[in-house]
Amino acid sequence: MDLDPDDDQRALIDMVAAFAADRFDSERARRFAELFDRDAWAELAGLGTFGIALPESVGGVGLATIDEVLVHEALGTALVPGPLVAAALAAGLIDGVLDGTVVPAVLDAPAHGPVVVEHLRDADVLLVVHDDGIDRVDPATLDAVVLARPTDPLTPVSRLAAVPVGERVADAATATRWRQRGSLLASAQLCGNSAGSTALAVRYAAEREQFGRPVGSFQGLKHLLADCWIRTEVARSAVWAAGVTVDEPEVGDVARAIAGARLTAARAATENGKTGIQVHGGMGFTWEVDAHLFLKRAWVLETSFGSIDDAADIVASTLVG
Amino acid sequence: MHLRDSDSDATFRNEVRNWLRASVHEVPPEPDPNDWPARRARDSQWQRMLFDAGYAGINWPAEHGGRGATPTEHLIFLQESAAAKAPDVGVGFVGQMHAGPTIIAEGTDDQKAKHLRGILTGEHSWCQGFSEPGAGSDLASLRTRAVRDGDDYVINGQKIWTSHAMVADYCEMLVRTDPEAPKHKGITWLIVPMDAPGIEVRPLVTAQGSAEFAELFLDEVRVPVHNRVGEENDGWRVANVTLSFERGTGFVGELLDTTNVHAELVRLAHELPHRRGTAWDDDGIRRELAEIAADLDALWAFTKRNVSQGAKGTMAMGSGSAFKVAYASTIHRMGDLALRILDRASLTMDSFDGRPTGDQVLSKLHAFGISLGGGTTQIQQNIIAERVLGLPRER
Repeated sequence: MDLDPDDDQRALIDMVAAFAADRFDSERARRFAELFDRDAWAELAGLGTFGIALPESVGGVGLATIDEVLVHEALGTALVPGPLVAAALAAGLIDGVLDGTVVPAVLDAPAHGPVVVEHLRDADVLLVVHDDGIDRVDPATLDAVVLARPTDPLTPVSRLAAVPVGERVADAATATRWRQRGSLLASAQLCGNSAGSTALAVRYAAEREQFGRPVGSFQGLKHLLADCWIRTEVARSAVWAAGVTVDEPEVGDVARAIAGARLTAARAATENGKTGIQVHGGMGFTWEVDAHLFLKRAWVLETSFGSIDDAADIVASTLVG
Repeated sequence: MHLRDSDSDATFRNEVRNWLRASVHEVPPEPDPNDWPARRARDSQWQRMLFDAGYAGINWPAEHGGRGATPTEHLIFLQESAAAKAPDVGVGFVGQMHAGPTIIAEGTDDQKAKHLRGILTGEHSWCQGFSEPGAGSDLASLRTRAVRDGDDYVINGQKIWTSHAMVADYCEMLVRTDPEAPKHKGITWLIVPMDAPGIEVRPLVTAQGSAEFAELFLDEVRVPVHNRVGEENDGWRVANVTLSFERGTGFVGELLDTTNVHAELVRLAHELPHRRGTAWDDDGIRRELAEIAADLDALWAFTKRNVSQGAKGTMAMGSGSAFKVAYASTIHRMGDLALRILDRASLTMDSFDGRPTGDQVLSKLHAFGISLGGGTTQIQQNIIAERVLGLPRER
């Protein structure tokens, strides 16, 4: 047993974090709201980001699921935009996704409610995940409406009148795997997101002075921020354990581990995101400060590959009376 | 990263499991919690069996009579002990977890020779005299006074929250030896024999209704100077050396117990009538049970992370505090849910219609012991905010 990253894994995390800080700073990331930056996307793909867990024989990096989890956590901390989970899923199935030349969107077909797809505006291919398999759809054939005011400005969303029909490209088992892996990677980003919003708020609390001293010296804020850090550490533990459980399924129930990780990671990201805005005071309520972007991304990811109620139902189904 | 046992860990798990299977039935059933002599006798018997089998002081260094096991092996031992329903450390807690390790790190050869074996065999039980009525979260402000008189210290004062004091042979005690020095610089760590004249033990009944704690009243208690561990006025540092012994296993027993209480609560939810069916049929209750299960899974993973770091000697600053706060929050949340599920059956701490409902009420009350004991949640939050997040001190 060793649930602590080794030196190679720490180097991988640092590499992604350094790249994101350099190439996806807040200003550049915010430009994704208007225009998807294909050059930046190709650079990200060039790191091997979308093929971390794919075999080297097909151009991947040949690492494990847990390594891909660590990468998505770092991407979440840096609030990197774009269809990150979709690309990680599609890279093994659709030519061109791995090197960033083909941009994918993925729709987890909803049983009810409006059909809303992230990143369809910028996608070259849409993959629709059904219970019985995965369909490939050409976005050009769709009558999609790009919604004018996406809740997360960096996650463009489109509405479709109905779940589109396409060409079947993968079977039911693959569809199940995609849902689990999609949920896990979104949870990894949620976990990273919770750390990113906390770091931003801690920095502000240490600098901002009121009553003649940094506001971060007051216990009222200290306790809020300590709770943020704790939520991240708990979520990180669950997400890492879920990643390792995918790699070593004999150690536990994969579905429960992934669903449980979603519950803790979603709570960490949304609670820390809200706290981050509160700690920033009035500035936290402005468009200019990034605090709202963390919370809004958390809200997007929280609905990704199943709601938290779905996750709770999956965990409940494993509880024996 | 891995969650599976290594080959050597799997071998160790198997060996422990086989020994437990053959041994646990020799221990008498758990006595009434207020029958202290019976509790001590049972805990000591089990400790002696562990000693004879080579499992005593499992995380103690081998040169001091321990097994020198790795943190992972310690975790495995605790998991297997719980699965076999073996007794927990009981009245051996302070000796094995705190006083013994302190003596190992700071004691003289004579102190080691006199005390370590008795802790390992279960012959001697220890209690802790740190907190005082006026020194809780601000422990370093303690005022129990020890004045040097020839070859003795003469102690006067009062201690509180002293677990197992009724049956302890020794007390690890912090006393004020220099009232003029800054508060952390005038404290000394003493070994106080509990049969010394002038010690009065008064049970302190908890909100759970059990006399788990006691108050100690110290009136002209004489303790030889050679019972001092470390230098005079260096007791604050001495008391903190055991922090470096922590390898992430400190709350494993708690987590195992709470995991069992949760499983029992799931069973009760399936059985107890609730509105239009059983409690389990209620979406809100079922999902809350699931959320708590996910929290407990996460806390297990957190434990394994801390143990993994402990094995490498790289436990991250604040991870113990974070675990404790998160665990306290989860067990409180579970207790709140238990009261919802039990509804009117929660009005008694006794079992109800043969169902162990009272344990759920007791577990809810036990949650306060977690969020208060060993540094309150709020103190842990301060520690994290200042030492991990680097926020400035309030004053």
